[in-house]
Amino acid sequence: MLSTLQPPRSLSHFRTKPLLLRRHTSLKPLSSLSSQPVTHSTLTDQSQSQILSTRDSLLSRQITAAELAESFLARLRRTEPHLRSFLHVSDAVLTQARDLDDKLRRNEEVGPLAGVLVAVKDNICTAEMPSTAGSRVLEGYTPPYDATAVRKIKELGGIVVGKTNLDEFGMGSTTEGSAFQVTANPWDTTRVPGGSSGGSAAAVSARQSMVSLGSDTGGSVRQPASFCGVVGLKPTYGRVSRFGLMAYASSLDVIGCFGTSVADAGILLHAISGHDRLDATSSKREVPDLASQFVSISLLQSKPLKGLKIGLIRETLDDGVDIGVTSAIRTAALHLEELGCSVTEVSLPSFSLGLPAYYVIASSESSSNLSRYDGLRYGNQVAADELNSQYMDSRAKGFGSEVKRRILTGTYALSAGYYDAYYKRAQQVRTIIRKSFKAALDEHDILISPAAPSAAYKIGEKKNDPLAMYAGDIMTVNVNLAGLPALVLPCGYAEGGSAGLPVGLQMIGAAFDEEKLLGVGHIFEQTLQNCRFVPPLIADEDKPC
Amino acid sequence: MASTVFRSFQTHPFVFHPTTLLRRKNVLLYCTMRSQQTQTATQEKVKPQVKVSNLNPNKKLENISKDYEAVIGIETHVQLSTQTKAFCSCPYNYGSQPNTSICPICMGLPGALPILNFKVIESAVKVGLALNCKLAMNSKFDRKQYFYADLPKGYQISQFDVPIATGGYIDLDIPVEFGGGHRKFGITRVHMEEDAGKLMHSDDGSYSQESTFRFVDLNRAGVPLLEIVSEPDMRNGIEAAEYAAEIQRVVRYLGVSNGNMQEGSLRCDVNVSIRPIGQLQFGTKVEIKNLNAFSAVSRAIDYEISRQVLLHSQGQDKEIVQETRLWDEGAQKTVTMRKKEGLSDYRYFPEPDLPGVFLTQDYVDGIHNSLPELPEMKRRRYEKMGLSMQDILFLANDMNVAEFFDTTIKKGADAKLAANWIMSDFAAYMKNEELSINEVKLSPQELAELIAFIKDGTISGKIGKQILFELLAKGGTVKGLIEEKDLVQIVDPAEIEKMVEKVLSENPKQLDQYRGGKTKLQGYFAGQIMKLSKGKANPGLLNKILLEKLNAKS
Repeated sequence: MLSTLQPPRSLSHFRTKPLLLRRHTSLKPLSSLSSQPVTHSTLTDQSQSQILSTRDSLLSRQITAAELAESFLARLRRTEPHLRSFLHVSDAVLTQARDLDDKLRRNEEVGPLAGVLVAVKDNICTAEMPSTAGSRVLEGYTPPYDATAVRKIKELGGIVVGKTNLDEFGMGSTTEGSAFQVTANPWDTTRVPGGSSGGSAAAVSARQSMVSLGSDTGGSVRQPASFCGVVGLKPTYGRVSRFGLMAYASSLDVIGCFGTSVADAGILLHAISGHDRLDATSSKREVPDLASQFVSISLLQSKPLKGLKIGLIRETLDDGVDIGVTSAIRTAALHLEELGCSVTEVSLPSFSLGLPAYYVIASSESSSNLSRYDGLRYGNQVAADELNSQYMDSRAKGFGSEVKRRILTGTYALSAGYYDAYYKRAQQVRTIIRKSFKAALDEHDILISPAAPSAAYKIGEKKNDPLAMYAGDIMTVNVNLAGLPALVLPCGYAEGGSAGLPVGLQMIGAAFDEEKLLGVGHIFEQTLQNCRFVPPLIADEDKPC
Repeated sequence: MASTVFRSFQTHPFVFHPTTLLRRKNVLLYCTMRSQQTQTATQEKVKPQVKVSNLNPNKKLENISKDYEAVIGIETHVQLSTQTKAFCSCPYNYGSQPNTSICPICMGLPGALPILNFKVIESAVKVGLALNCKLAMNSKFDRKQYFYADLPKGYQISQFDVPIATGGYIDLDIPVEFGGGHRKFGITRVHMEEDAGKLMHSDDGSYSQESTFRFVDLNRAGVPLLEIVSEPDMRNGIEAAEYAAEIQRVVRYLGVSNGNMQEGSLRCDVNVSIRPIGQLQFGTKVEIKNLNAFSAVSRAIDYEISRQVLLHSQGQDKEIVQETRLWDEGAQKTVTMRKKEGLSDYRYFPEPDLPGVFLTQDYVDGIHNSLPELPEMKRRRYEKMGLSMQDILFLANDMNVAEFFDTTIKKGADAKLAANWIMSDFAAYMKNEELSINEVKLSPQELAELIAFIKDGTISGKIGKQILFELLAKGGTVKGLIEEKDLVQIVDPAEIEKMVEKVLSENPKQLDQYRGGKTKLQGYFAGQIMKLSKGKANPGLLNKILLEKLNAKS
C-alpha cells in the first residue's frame, strides 16, 4: 500500500544529495510497535517509540537500565560541548538506573516509564536539582518540591536526566535569552534550536535524553520541535497540571512533551495528564488511553485516514513564510490526502490579530507573575539600605533585557487609563480567536499549518530585533489564546546546514482531543517516506538496523 | 520593655556615645519610645492645668461644631476563622512562632499556585446574607498589585469590580447611655481577599539581634479576609464604633470569625470628612488607621472631627488634605502617617490561576436557611418580650449570653426575672472572676429552677442569691443544694412563733429597752431570729409575728 505514495514532489529541487543520507532503511512493516525487533539500538529512528522499546528491552533483559542510561550519558557528554542544552545534569541517573535493575532482578513490578530518560525544562521545579528558569534572579535556587508533572514521571519510573536551557522564564524564541548559555541546534550548531524550550528540543533531537518536558506559552514547545526535527506536543490548556511550572503567563502556559516519535510524546503526555488538586485550572476530564492507538503500520488499511477532514489554514502560507516551509507543508498536505484525508483550505480572518493580543496578554500576566522575584525570600538578593532600592537592585541585576521589556510592556498595559485599550481589548480579541477556531474545528477534524515561518535561523540573527523574533511566533500564539492542543512533527526539510533543516507540520485539534492528533500524527509519521530525522551531529554514531 | 532597653544598653555600653547612637537605629528607637512614654506620663499629670487653659477653645469648638456635619465611612477587615488559609492548607493560629505555618503556596515560591478554600466562599455568602446584600452569582478573583516586604507574591488576591456581595445594610441600636435610638447604615460591598504577612521591626524585643534587619513573619500571609465597606452614613464617633461593634456581633453570631480586635481579627480603617451643614458635596476625606478598640474608633473620629472643624472654621480648610493618619492612643490624637501622592495604581486584573466563583441558588438557599438568629432579630424579639433596651443590649451583645438567656426562658423562667438575674449578681461574678458565660458552672436549666423555687416561695430571694454563687462556682442542682443544706423556707407560723419567743426570752434586756420606747431594736430581734432560722424564715411572716409578740405584752 505504501508503494502508492509518491515521493514528495516539491522537495525535488534540493533533495538530490541530502536525501541519500536520510534514506529510511527499515520501512518494512513492523509486527507491532510494542514488540520491537530484538536488537536494541539506543539510537532509534523517528518512527520507533523509544519508551516502548526501552520497556521491552528491560523486561526481556536484553539490556540493563544502567547500560541504557550509560549510553545516553556517554552521548550527552560527547555532544553537550557542542550543544549546551543542559543547565544541570543529574548525578543520580546511574544510581536510579541501578536501583531499577535491582527491582527487575527481584522481579518487582516497574512503572510504564521505567528506565525512560527524561530531560526537564529548567522552569519546571525539581526538588533535587536547581531550577532557575534560565534567570540570574534564581541562580542556585533549588525548590523544596517537584512539579506535579515531574512527580508523576518519577512515580511511573522515569529518570530525570537534568534541567534544560531556555529563554529566561520562557520569554523568547531562540534560547539565546538564557542568562547562562546559548544552546545550539543539533542540525547545525551555528543555528538556534528555537525557543523557549530550546534545550529540551535539542536534548531529544541529539538523543541526550529519550523524551523531555517543555513549556508552551506562545509556541515554546512547537517552534523548537520544528527547528530541531522532533515531535512536540502542546496539550489543551488544563490537561496537564501547571503546579511547579514557574509562571510566565498563567492563562496561556502549558507543560508540553518532546519525543522522537509521536508515540513517545503521547505516552509522556498520558503520564503527566489529569486533574491535580494543586492546580485549580487543571481539568477534571478523564484522560483517555492515548497509547492504544500507536499500532504498527502493518495493521493500517490502505487509506487509514479515510473521511478525515483537514483544514489547511490559508493565512499561514501567506507572504513572509519561507518557500522551503510552504513547500514542505504542501507536500505534507498531499501526503495526508494520500492517506485518505480530504484537505481543504480554511480561512481564519482573525489569525493575524493573535500576535498583538498575545503579546499584550502574556506581557500583562508576566508583569504580575514575576513580581515575586524580589530577592527577599529566595534567589539572588542585592544588599541595599532600604526596601525600595533592594527591590530595584535585585530586579535590575536579576532579570535580563527581554524579561524587563515584557514586564514594562505588561505594567503599561495594565495601568489605569490603558487597561481598556490594551488588556481588555486583547481579551476581546482572544474571545474572537477562540470562536473562529471553534467554528473551523466544527467543520474540520484537524487544522494544519507550519509551526514557524522559517526553519532554524542563525544564532544572533534576531537577537537584537525583538519585533522580528515576536513575528516568528505568528504560527503558534493563536493556539495558546484558544487553549487548544497542537502537535508538531517533522514533515520535511528546508535548505540549510550540512544536511538540510527540518520543517515541522503543526496539527491543531479540538479542545481535549489530543487522542485524534496523536492518532493522525502517528499514521502520518509511520507512512512518511524517505525521512529519518536524526541530526548530522549524531547521524554517524550508530548505524540503525 | 524596660528590661529589654536595659539589656541592649548592657550589651552595647558604647551606645552612650552620641555618634554610635545615630548609627544604631534600634537602640535609638528604644530611647525615643522611652522618652515618649515619660512625656505621656508627665502630660497626664499636668492635665488638669492644661484643661483649664483649654476650656475656652473647647467651648468655642462646641459652638462651631453645630454648624458642621461629619461624614464617616468604615472599611472593616474581618479575618475568617477557617481551619486553613484561603489558598493553601496551612492552618493559622494567632501567636504561633513566626514562619511555622507556611508552605510554598503562601510563601509565593516559584511555580506554586493558589487553590481556593471553599469555606471562604461559604463565610462570604453568610456575611453577605446577614448584611442584607445582593449576592453576585458569578464573581471572580483579581490581583491587586504592589510591592511590599510582607506581600510574598507581589500581589494580593482580592476582588475588584465584581465583589461577592453589594448593596446591603446593617441595623443597630445605640446604647441608652449614648443617647439611644435605632440606626440603619448602608453596606457598599463585601469582598474576599487574602491577608499579608507581618513585618516585625527590631524594636519588637525578641528580634533585636541586629539593628539593620527587619523580619517578615508569613504565618498570616494568605489567611482569608472579608473586607466590608460601609456607605458614608455615620455622623459621629459613637455611631461608627457601634457600627463596628455590630459587625463584630454579626461575624461572631455567624461563627465566621472571632472578631477579636486586639489580635487583629477585626480591623477598622475609618474615613472622616466634614462639611458645613447644608453643603452637598463631601469635604476632603482623611483615613485613620491603627484603631485597636471600639473606644479608639469613637475617640479618634471625634478628635479628627474637631481637628477638621477647627481648621475649617479658621479658614484653614486647605490644610485638611487627603492623607492617612494614625491614632496615637497615648497622646489621644491622630497624627499624619503618609500623605497621598496622587492615586496609587494597583493594576488590577482577573486572577488567571483561579476559575470564576459561581454560586447556585440552591447553595445560597441552603446557607440562608441555616443562618442563626442574628443580633438584630434577637433584639427585636427581646423588645417584644417587654425587656428594657439596656437589658436587650446586654443580653444580645454577647451571643453566648443571649443563648444562655434564651435557654433559661425556654426552661420556663420569666423573661424579666431571668434578665435581672443574669444582669446583676451573675454578671458581676463573671466580671470579677474574668469568666465567660460558658465557663461558669451554672446551667440555664438550674437558673430557671432557681427562679421557679423563689417564685413559688420554696426559698427566699436571699437564699436564692447565696445559692447562685455556689452554683456559679461549683455547679450542682438547685434542688440538691436546697435539700443538702436544708434551705427550704420556713413558712409555718407556729414554727416561726417558737423562734420569736425563744429569741425574746433570751434577750430580756433588749426587750425591756424596746418596750421602753427604743423601737429601733425590732431590727435587732429580726436579725437574731433570722440567724436562728439559718436565714430560712419567711421574712414577711417573721416580721408580722415578731411585731405581734413585741407589742402584745406592752
